[in-house]
Amino acid sequence: MSKEKKAAADAPALGPIGMLRWAWRQLTKMNTALFLLLLLAVAAVPGSIFPQNIQDPARVQDYLDQHPTWGPIAEKIQLFDVFSSVWFSAIYILLFVSLVGCVVPRAIKHAKEYRSKPPRTPRNLSRMPQHRVLTIPAGSLEGRELTAASAAAEARDILKRRRYRTELRGEDTGTPHVAAERGMFRELGNLVFHTAMIGVLIGMAIGSLFGYSGQKIVVQDESFVNTLVSYDSFTPGTNFNPDWLHNFSLTMDSFDIEFDRQPGSPTYAQPLDFEAGVTVREDSDSEPTEETLKVNEPLTVDGNRVYLAGNGYAPIVKVNDGEGNLAYEGPIVTLTTDENYTSSVVLKVPDAAPDQLGFVGMFLPTAVLDDGQVPYSADPVLANPALVLASYAGDLGLDGGAPQNVYVLDTEGLEELNSMQSDDGGIVLTQEDSSYQLPDGKGSIEFEGVTRYIGLDIHYDPGKPVVLVSFLLAFAGLLVSLFVARRRAWVKATETVDEAGRRAVVVEYGLLARGEDPRLAHEADRLTELFAQKWGLEFSEAAPPTSAAAPAAQKGES
Amino acid sequence: MTINESLAQWSELFMLLAAVTYLVAFVAFAWDIAAHSKATHRADAASLRHQEAKRPAMAGGAGAADPAEEAEADAETSAEAGAYGGSAPSDFDRTSGRRTADDSMAYSGARRPAANVGVAVMVIGVLIHAAGVLTRGLAASRVPWGNMYEFCTTGALVVAVVFLIALIFRDLRFVGTMVSGLALVMMVAATIGFPTPVGHLQPALQSYWLVIHVSVAVMASGVFTITFALAVLQLIQNGRERRLAADGTDRIPFMRMVPSARALENFAFRLNAVGFVMWTFTLAMGAIWAEQAWGRYWGWDTKEVWTFVIWVVYAAYLHARATRGWTGTRSAWLSIIGYLCIIFNFTVVNVFFSGLHSYSGL
Repeated sequence: MSKEKKAAADAPALGPIGMLRWAWRQLTKMNTALFLLLLLAVAAVPGSIFPQNIQDPARVQDYLDQHPTWGPIAEKIQLFDVFSSVWFSAIYILLFVSLVGCVVPRAIKHAKEYRSKPPRTPRNLSRMPQHRVLTIPAGSLEGRELTAASAAAEARDILKRRRYRTELRGEDTGTPHVAAERGMFRELGNLVFHTAMIGVLIGMAIGSLFGYSGQKIVVQDESFVNTLVSYDSFTPGTNFNPDWLHNFSLTMDSFDIEFDRQPGSPTYAQPLDFEAGVTVREDSDSEPTEETLKVNEPLTVDGNRVYLAGNGYAPIVKVNDGEGNLAYEGPIVTLTTDENYTSSVVLKVPDAAPDQLGFVGMFLPTAVLDDGQVPYSADPVLANPALVLASYAGDLGLDGGAPQNVYVLDTEGLEELNSMQSDDGGIVLTQEDSSYQLPDGKGSIEFEGVTRYIGLDIHYDPGKPVVLVSFLLAFAGLLVSLFVARRRAWVKATETVDEAGRRAVVVEYGLLARGEDPRLAHEADRLTELFAQKWGLEFSEAAPPTSAAAPAAQKGES
Repeated sequence: MTINESLAQWSELFMLLAAVTYLVAFVAFAWDIAAHSKATHRADAASLRHQEAKRPAMAGGAGAADPAEEAEADAETSAEAGAYGGSAPSDFDRTSGRRTADDSMAYSGARRPAANVGVAVMVIGVLIHAAGVLTRGLAASRVPWGNMYEFCTTGALVVAVVFLIALIFRDLRFVGTMVSGLALVMMVAATIGFPTPVGHLQPALQSYWLVIHVSVAVMASGVFTITFALAVLQLIQNGRERRLAADGTDRIPFMRMVPSARALENFAFRLNAVGFVMWTFTLAMGAIWAEQAWGRYWGWDTKEVWTFVIWVVYAAYLHARATRGWTGTRSAWLSIIGYLCIIFNFTVVNVFFSGLHSYSGL
């Protein structure tokens, strides 16, 4: 804090460009990136606490109704749209700007390093985190004499085989040395990971700009054509053009549910499998194909994905009005309310005359209708289907043109004809007793049968492949950047003569890790092993060479 | 496909037995700590005697104390310390008592009978536990991770197995109490908090992605459980090291058998890197499954939000290592916060938050 204040106080002297440069430097700092990351995590939390419009606008409305004071404030600060809110966007945009500001200079630097030779050998190798010395006495190799130059060349070959990029230097001097580096992919992987995160963001943006999603309920034997008007609800992307809708159609042929029928099973009578048979036409000219639609197994039609999102019963009824004319005949889409498929029914009959008719009630697939008890469904299958309804006559309020929810009957302009509370117990229709005359000669209703409907979710997201490819790149980059070690190694060879006048070659080498490398010591051990093998040295089991001067035992000296 | 109820009963029995076995392992590991505390006190006393014995000889100006005696006393103290320190004598700083454990966490060959009993009991516990998880899966003819009870029991098995596998490479017996304790807590939470009889999966969960997505999520949680234990130890050890440096007092001498805070941090970082990769995988596989089941790969469902939060926290942890001023204690706290988020995601989010991931079985 105090540092920032100080910098801010210095700012006027910097001028506007200096200010910008200062701001840029602050933003691209690691500390800032870390802070923004943590802030992003914190900012995401309200998205799980408050109901979100992207998931369930109805729950947001409930929340607003329950919290008259706090609700509008929460709405104002976008707590119901956290992930598209100004503040959440600000954090991740800053984070990504910071990321770009960090990645670009690093990429340039890495490209330079990639092309340049391994770094020059430090004068003092003993300062390296791993440092070893081997002394190879003359005559330890049969048939050839080791010199400093040949030792350095052989060390280089060994390092090369361990996938270091190497350079042999100072061949004409008394101390030829090898500079080596490996694991250049580590930084590359890191850069790929961060760049690919930008790709993920771009893919998500493409999806929300040019994609769409919609819902449609299809009753058995009915068809759905992919046009804007046929959707029950439709959510276009920000830049979506309805002309882009692919012209496919789909007919629902059958629907089956498998229920758990094992006695005593805790999931008894719960669904184990849903399966819808559908006929699909890619466009009006193409051949129809029969497909099976299941949960977890969506259909792909011309780049669109079609999902089985829901299902329920659709009782078929016939309504005659007070004048004796047919006012309605067909299936009613119900809303399933519990595990036994107790389904709520709303039927509006605007064509009835002289009064419009409305029905509200329940559909029960396995109805238990005992006197004096509330009817209920005991099982999800159609063992004893029944409709329990209340009826209304009057004005449905549909003529005003105001949009209405088809699943809710607005009773304001209506008069109740009968209900469960009335003396006759309301309308109860079963297969045996399937028709009912409404009171006051308002008409009649007949229960003709039951069919099924399915709820379809249709999604189109052109950004998906971009996200997938970006993710795969990011994942590969992550693996490389975390598990490939970047190391530098230097080997110096010199010729010496010991006190006894014997000639020897001294090979000194140091290793340096760049970034996390818990196996650096292991690598040094491995190099020692390889060098010793090459130059005919042997170590006793008990005392492997450790850092500083390693005791080298000469072969054949004992 | 029917539910095999006798297998289900066997499974419950195995789970109970496994929990009891973990309790025994926990006691054994705790015993090891207690025994070690006693041994370090003895070692301290011995080294004190040794120093006192030496002092008069020096003051007398007689020259050298008997070198043989000195060597003997040295060997005694370091053997005593080494026995429970699990390290080479060179690591034992007799004057400050700073630490006895080896930072590379390699086995020293020193005897720790109680800890060995703990490991052996733990192995038995894992075998029984594995039988319990396996029979649970067989009873329903599916993978045993379809509800909270099963996540907990399978998760505890993963924690125990990861610990035992890590033991092959490193002497991590010092986290034995925490790991066996956590496994026990998870088993108890499953049995008491989320009891669920063996049943079929709802259609939304019948996908091979359940096998991939959830198994990796459970494995990642297992890894993070162990790094959580390491982070807690790191904080304790760090406090102890600071006090030792300041005034030389050591209120928790048994922490000597735990490696230095620095070594714990390095090791936890490696495990966390693996955990992070697994969590990234979980998140991505979850996204692919969500695309297949719900029509979008990412929709900010409550569970998705928390998976994202956890991912970001551990990403911050990995970045912290490369940021000046954020290593050590602060990164340990990040690791702990990450784990608390996992616990929150598993318990509070599953049970109290509504969302598409409603499979708690409660």
